[in-house]
Amino acid sequence: MTDLANKPYPPAPGFLKTLISSLSLLRESPIAIAGFVLIFGWILLALLAPILPLYDPNIPLEPFKFPGAAAKDGGTYWLGTDHKGRDILSRIIFGAQQVLVWATLATAVAYVVGMAMGVVAGYLGGWWDEAISFIANVLLSFPVMVLYIVIVSYMGATGLNIVLAVTFASAPGIMRIVRGLVLDLKTRDYVFAAQTRGESTLYIMLIELLPNARGPLIVDASLRLGYTTITIAMLGYLGLGLPPPDPDWGKMISEAQPLGSFAGYMAIAPAVAISSLVLGFNLLADGLREISMKD
Amino acid sequence: MLVLAAKRLFSMILIMVTVSFILFALFESDKFSVAGKVLGPYSSTEQREIWLEKNGYNEPFLERYLTWSLNAVQGDFGDSIQLKAPVADVLWPRLGNTAILAGLVFAFMIPLSLTLGVIAGMKEGSVRDRSISITSVLTTSVPEFASATFLSAVFVYSLKWLPGTSAMINGFSWAEIALPVMVLVLYGFGYIARMTRASMVEVMTSNYIRTAILKGIPYRRVILRHALRNALIAPFTVIVLQMNWLLSGVIVVEVFFAYKGFGKLLLDAALFGDIYVIEACTLVAVFVAVFSQFISDIGYTLLNPRIRFS
Repeated sequence: MTDLANKPYPPAPGFLKTLISSLSLLRESPIAIAGFVLIFGWILLALLAPILPLYDPNIPLEPFKFPGAAAKDGGTYWLGTDHKGRDILSRIIFGAQQVLVWATLATAVAYVVGMAMGVVAGYLGGWWDEAISFIANVLLSFPVMVLYIVIVSYMGATGLNIVLAVTFASAPGIMRIVRGLVLDLKTRDYVFAAQTRGESTLYIMLIELLPNARGPLIVDASLRLGYTTITIAMLGYLGLGLPPPDPDWGKMISEAQPLGSFAGYMAIAPAVAISSLVLGFNLLADGLREISMKD
Repeated sequence: MLVLAAKRLFSMILIMVTVSFILFALFESDKFSVAGKVLGPYSSTEQREIWLEKNGYNEPFLERYLTWSLNAVQGDFGDSIQLKAPVADVLWPRLGNTAILAGLVFAFMIPLSLTLGVIAGMKEGSVRDRSISITSVLTTSVPEFASATFLSAVFVYSLKWLPGTSAMINGFSWAEIALPVMVLVLYGFGYIARMTRASMVEVMTSNYIRTAILKGIPYRRVILRHALRNALIAPFTVIVLQMNWLLSGVIVVEVFFAYKGFGKLLLDAALFGDIYVIEACTLVAVFVAVFSQFISDIGYTLLNPRIRFS
């Protein structure tokens, strides 16, 4: 008996190994691979932006050059230049940095807040549940767009305020999902076991409940990243986005719109960029859902 | 059902009071810069103070909130600071314009998405299913301002068939409303189509459909008489909830095409800090949100007798 008790646990697989085995799961769904490739392509471009042979995204060169036009210094404006003479390709790629960083950050913060609310409401129940659910209902019946516009227009258009706005808008939805999952999970035997061992409430929430709720949450997170990307671009389009002069896909469209009659290419490039990134997130979500249904 | 209605009404009122109070408080913290927007960026501090004093914005906060809410209950939302007119005079025509737009979108989107969803869901995994599913993911991935850009490039600048703005200066025009409707249908139909498909797939795998097919009832009849009725319950609730999306989600489209609707009014008011317009618009939006949720719940019980409210 003592032998068995002293026998060491098998070592937990390393982080890299877990990552690779989760990624290889994607092979089961071509849709997920397509989505992953799109997202990864944008991430790669954003990461490599500083070392790619690009013009500075904020420096005026020659205005209104059509896509493929030759530059004065012998280079090529692959996607043309905008009304201020800035290279559009470079603005798209540097814009990807902005969108990816802020969309990820905003979604992550929304998730932390939403998961905390959901697990507390679901596990503790009672007044906690009543109070948190009421707050969530107030925020959910607030039309999302109104919420964004009111927060960003009152508090100023900065990255952090956009994160705040997205958190307010998304956390209640996440809270509902997590609460539902936790209500189911807390009746499982391993939770009772942990309670019997005398584990603290916090331990049960963080170690027993949340990790076991991850399946549906990963699919939801992928979808939400897509929505957040749309939101950030849309706020940029409405003039409530990240402060200039750094490139912002949404703002690029709004700047190009009045010039559509003779410089339509200016708006097409950012519109394609946003759509392809969002498509990536949506395809990934779809593929992941498909994979999880198979099990 | 009456109990549910009363509950919903109560929570709606509670939410409206909370929301309007928060908005009022936000305005309170920002009123000095609103005075600056009215009087111009070069107005002096004293001028702004005088303006605030003259318009009664320096009265005690709670007192002003109470007066406003008592008036609002009677339908008087105060005057717009920016437009210098009673809010009601501005709000209703704008709401009407958005209702026209939303109505047209519904008229095209619902038949399209239900048909596509049912066709896709009839046979899971078929070529038709795959292509419809992928099309609907594609169209929902293109945000409204991006699809508006693409469609304008085609219909306005290349083909020159349609006007690029929808300001409706000479009254209602079908040509002007075509693009906004197209953009919204394109963005919105995918979601409903996918819901319909999922629900149809579920129904098609159920035992009673298998029995019907095995009994030798013609396939057409199985789909139309047996499957559709149950498959359309879930999409119904989604469709009703889309009312909410159409009210405020159309802001971008209204801005893109300069359409004088509710969303544009709200955006302009929020950018200016036009508090009474913001309050009125938000209350309307909350009302539509709660009301559509209620309709969707009621509809769900009526369509599916197995569900009862406790």
